[in-house]
Amino acid sequence: MDASEEPLPPVIYTMENKPIVTCAGDQNLFTSVYPTLSQQLPREPMEWRRSYGRAPKMIHLESNFVQFKEELLPKEGNKALLTFPFLHIYWTECCDTEVYKATVKDDLTKWQNVLKAHSSVDWLIVIVENDAKKKNKTNILPRTSIVDKIRNDFCNKQSDRCVVLSDPLKDSSRTQESWNAFLTKLRTLLLMSFTKNLGKFEDDMRTLREKRTEPGWSFCEYFMVQVSVPPGALDCWVFLSCLEVLQRIEGCCDRAQIDSNIAHTVGLWSYATEKLKSLGYLCGLVSEKGPNSEDLNRTVDLLAGLGAERPETANTAQSPYKKLKEALSSVEAFEKHYLDLSHATIEMYTSIGRIRSAKFVGKDLAEFYMRKKAPQKAEIYLQGALKNYLAEGWALPITHTRKQLAECQKHLGQIENYLQTSSLLASDHHLTEEERKHFCQEILDFASQPSDNPGHKIVLPMQSFAQLRDLHFDPSNAVVHVGGVLCIEITMYSQMPVPVHVEQIVVNVHFSIEKNSYRKTAEWLTKHKTSNGIINFPPETAPFPVSQNSLPALELYEMFERSPSDNSLNTTGIICRNVHMLLRRQESSSSLEMPSGVALEEGAHLLRCSHVTLEPGANQITFRTQAKEPGTYTLRQLCASVGSVWFVLPHIYPIVQYDVYSQEPQLHVEPLADSLLAGIPQKVKFTVTTGHYTIKNGDSLQLSNAEAMLILCQAESRAMVYSNTREQSSDAALRIQSSDKVTSISLPVAPAYHVIEFELEVLSLPSAPALGGESDMLGMAEPHRKHKDKQKTGHCMVTTDHKVSIDCPWSIYSTVIALTFSVPFRTTHALLSSGTRKYVQVCVQNLSELDFQLSDSYLVDTSDSTDLQLVPLNTQSQQPIYSKQSVFFVWELKWTEEPPPSLHCRFSVGFSPASEEQLSISLKPYTYEFKVENFFTLYNVKAEIFPPSGMEYCRTGSLCSLEVLITRLSDLLEVDKDEALTESDEHFSTKLMYEVVDNSSNWAVCGKSCGVISMPVAARATHRVHMEVMPLFAGYLPLPDVRLFKYLPHHSAHSSQLDADSWIENDSLSVDKHGDDQPDSSSLKSRGSVHSACSSEHKGLPMPRLQALPAGQVFNSSSGTQVLVIPSQDDHVLEVSVT
Amino acid sequence: MAVCIAVIAKENYPLYIRSTPTENELKFHYMVHTSLDVVDEKISAMGKALVDQRELYLGLLYPTEDYKVYGYVTNSKVKFVMVVDSSNTALRDNEIRSMFRKLHNSYTDVMCNPFYNPGDRIQSRWALLPVSASSPGGPYFLCPIQSRWALLPVSVSSPGGPYFLCPIQSRWALLLCPIQSSRAFDNMVTSMMIQVC
Repeated sequence: MDASEEPLPPVIYTMENKPIVTCAGDQNLFTSVYPTLSQQLPREPMEWRRSYGRAPKMIHLESNFVQFKEELLPKEGNKALLTFPFLHIYWTECCDTEVYKATVKDDLTKWQNVLKAHSSVDWLIVIVENDAKKKNKTNILPRTSIVDKIRNDFCNKQSDRCVVLSDPLKDSSRTQESWNAFLTKLRTLLLMSFTKNLGKFEDDMRTLREKRTEPGWSFCEYFMVQVSVPPGALDCWVFLSCLEVLQRIEGCCDRAQIDSNIAHTVGLWSYATEKLKSLGYLCGLVSEKGPNSEDLNRTVDLLAGLGAERPETANTAQSPYKKLKEALSSVEAFEKHYLDLSHATIEMYTSIGRIRSAKFVGKDLAEFYMRKKAPQKAEIYLQGALKNYLAEGWALPITHTRKQLAECQKHLGQIENYLQTSSLLASDHHLTEEERKHFCQEILDFASQPSDNPGHKIVLPMQSFAQLRDLHFDPSNAVVHVGGVLCIEITMYSQMPVPVHVEQIVVNVHFSIEKNSYRKTAEWLTKHKTSNGIINFPPETAPFPVSQNSLPALELYEMFERSPSDNSLNTTGIICRNVHMLLRRQESSSSLEMPSGVALEEGAHLLRCSHVTLEPGANQITFRTQAKEPGTYTLRQLCASVGSVWFVLPHIYPIVQYDVYSQEPQLHVEPLADSLLAGIPQKVKFTVTTGHYTIKNGDSLQLSNAEAMLILCQAESRAMVYSNTREQSSDAALRIQSSDKVTSISLPVAPAYHVIEFELEVLSLPSAPALGGESDMLGMAEPHRKHKDKQKTGHCMVTTDHKVSIDCPWSIYSTVIALTFSVPFRTTHALLSSGTRKYVQVCVQNLSELDFQLSDSYLVDTSDSTDLQLVPLNTQSQQPIYSKQSVFFVWELKWTEEPPPSLHCRFSVGFSPASEEQLSISLKPYTYEFKVENFFTLYNVKAEIFPPSGMEYCRTGSLCSLEVLITRLSDLLEVDKDEALTESDEHFSTKLMYEVVDNSSNWAVCGKSCGVISMPVAARATHRVHMEVMPLFAGYLPLPDVRLFKYLPHHSAHSSQLDADSWIENDSLSVDKHGDDQPDSSSLKSRGSVHSACSSEHKGLPMPRLQALPAGQVFNSSSGTQVLVIPSQDDHVLEVSVT
Repeated sequence: MAVCIAVIAKENYPLYIRSTPTENELKFHYMVHTSLDVVDEKISAMGKALVDQRELYLGLLYPTEDYKVYGYVTNSKVKFVMVVDSSNTALRDNEIRSMFRKLHNSYTDVMCNPFYNPGDRIQSRWALLPVSASSPGGPYFLCPIQSRWALLPVSVSSPGGPYFLCPIQSRWALLLCPIQSSRAFDNMVTSMMIQVC
């Protein structure tokens, strides 16, 4: 209908939203007619008759022509009105039957099928006729034939669906006519389709509305169908409102006021930014390609919905309205406005310290950049936000942001960063299993790519891939000898969701030479105890580095410092023992996302384990290594390689070390007991520490025999072989071969760093101690014997050392070992007299800890004088001798003729350990040789004390008389022939000095206590001495001692006759003190002992000398007798001494 | 009715966070985290106030299009954040305040558990505890009840269970037992989320 024909021009509507018309077929043809078509189509209005009694409208039809694509066809259930294609047109200028049959028909069929599949019935086929083209053809068919064919083929009963447009580009009446007919047709069809589809839309709407009472009815769905525009409109409204408010505030405040109120306004800025963002997304402005037609339509709707700008701002250059319109007008404008707003918001948030909010807006910005395919700009915002979330330990935001970052890094081609983020995500339990597998696969895919640069490694921190949980050594003390095998078993906890095949796991080991490794080893073996050798590594509390949980508790201790001198308190305080743990730098928080800083150490020492599949969770991995160089090995880094990707644990902490030591072979020989005893078989332990030497078959120890020591070979002796950790590995029989000089012990075969132990029995032959001079003369009074000497000999056993030289197979040098044997017995002899009868007493003292059995004691005279008889008075042939006890043996000496001046004796007694069973060898008896001289009694001394005359008893304080009777018992003998002997008229006499000594101070000797007498050397010659003594105490008092000395004239120089070991000592007083005086014994001090100097210094000086008579020559017949002394009557003092 | 309730440590990491509906968990995490900016601001603003006069309730932190975010801070600087649907106009300040107070009480109960280390996440923990199995009326286990210890008889269905007994020797058994249960706290939070004021 023509508008001009109407009397009142009706309101004519233009189409705000152009209906979409698709064009298929010959696109060039369509392009050529498009200008005319788009110009002509809206020229004439059409009457739109609407349903439901609504008044018809005159409208100018416009169309948005787009190329036909299947995607444009609405899906089933799509109810959007504006994006709906209302008409589909197929354009062709085919006029050749052959061409038609060959291509056009086929193309048309496909087009129709697509439309049918989407139940679209609004279509049109346009055949453009071109006269010029027709003339070129030879086999021209009538025009109608193609049209008819098409109508026949496709327009079943709908012939109006196929129209002909003749020479559309010519300026002729026929063309014009053809155009008019075509346009009318097009308008009609468009309106028909429009009406029909609108009706259907309205029907759907009504249906939905009617369903509102039914359950499950969604207003939103209804609303979204009714108006696809309003959410956007709401956003527009919010955006405009925010900006209006902000603008109004800016209008009435100065800069300073605005700045001070940012905290209150920044929310609006943020809100506006958010809304602009969502509008941008809605209108397709945030994409790489820009908006599609659908987006454009929506934009147009939104802008239309805004209405006209209000008059008060319409004339200003800047207004929220203009800003929004501009922002939505193009992709570039939107980007500019959105970035402006975002940056302003971030800046404001940052300025007032709302860092979290700023990061959150930044993340939106990053999303925007990612949509715009500008990941390089997105990265910094994502990193910033992630760092913030990591620092505060917010797991879900961390995971989410990390996912975004991964995408960003992937786009940026930051391979290392992407792989690391992927490994973190693959181990992230906040993701689904699928997502984790995806990220794990990303790593594996990359790792399996053939690298163009074969040596290149991507180094990533291990923590997110797998964690080292514990480690333990075998041997558990982590000490191994050179050549030994060390196992290190680690537990790695794989964080990956799938099993990962690892080509190799490598532990980088640092080697350092330990100078005193042997000493350390010995210490290590005993002291160093990690519980079962297991070292635990603290679990990484990965995503929450700042939470206080990751820090150990404070270990606080009181500390007192005291003065070392008087223990007074100097200072006191509290110390934190684990400060090194607490103040440790938090590495994970700062560099968690940065793979840099993980440096792969290159070292010569590596422990390697190849082709391991790490299952999710705990995995045991065992490294085996053979120790080579001695020293300390520190485990530094742990690396796992998956293709070109290396996961590295840069520092193994706590420090893990193992030690390798080397040891020289050694031989130790030590007695099994505390000390070795001579004379009986003793066990000696041989310990061969093989060290680095391997004992081969045929290796033996060659012992050069010591003369007095026997090595007893026992058939059953065995050698034990232990490993260095004292585990027994084997035992073998020991083969011992002895020859005169050498004993050879074949060692069992033993590997290096083992210990061979065996025991041997040795026997030190008892050697006779020195001759009798050494021994005590028990029969003699010996009050002055040095106490010290006695103690020494009393408690210590005599020892003999035997040196054995051993040749070891590992050395050209001999090892000399000294074994010290102690003689278990100490023997002394004594000559006992009873008048002229003589007895020899032998005392055997057992100094050892063992009990012995003594048997078969003999005493023989080695000089073998037939005249002498030794009659044993011992009753038992077998006698036990217990530890630390003595046994005495006594023989009586008998002779018929004159006895020899000296007697050489040998004492021998068989002995064996009392506890032991039958010994394999017969033991040699113990012997003791001694000499007895001058044993023949020459003088008998008899002393008697008589009470004063008239008294029955001696009384204290009153003088009593002491009668000493010295009797010569024999005639001149060989022993008498010395300087003291004087001869006159065939009568011989000798000079003797007597002395009365009372050491117990019972008696006071009055007058001379000593004197020199001339004694005739003839049997029964007697000499009587009378003295006065006074008893000082009451009771039975022993008599004072009477001693006899030979008095030698001064011209004698035979000092050597004096035994140096005799009881006479050079003490404080000496006779030669008055060297030029006459030798007069009376000048000597009487109380105390008489002293004589006979040292060699005085040799030759003219002085008398005293010589003790040998013990056997004097018999004191009154020894042991006592005299009863009664207290004097006026003595009232009773002294009681309690000791 | 709250849609999200969070307990945040002094160091600003979440001790407990729960939201409904759960599919929007991430959004609420971001929202609560961002709200800490305002919490920090409010705390530092009232820093000068005397301790005993200090108001623990921080009030509305900020509104968003759909939600209102409220805050509360304990004296030990543990923060509570509550997100409320803004369409719920019936919920007034006083109710929010009392909800926070209830939350604070529940949190205090959690803190009273001798097995709870301050700073730990509020979650149930299990441990093996020794029980005396042979005592008359037993088995008993040593159990913390309101910060005191008591011997309780156990069975698999005892409250707070299930408990699993495994015998060790003949006299004692090991009991797998929740030593730290967040159940009470969970229930409290749940009640606030479904409560219609």
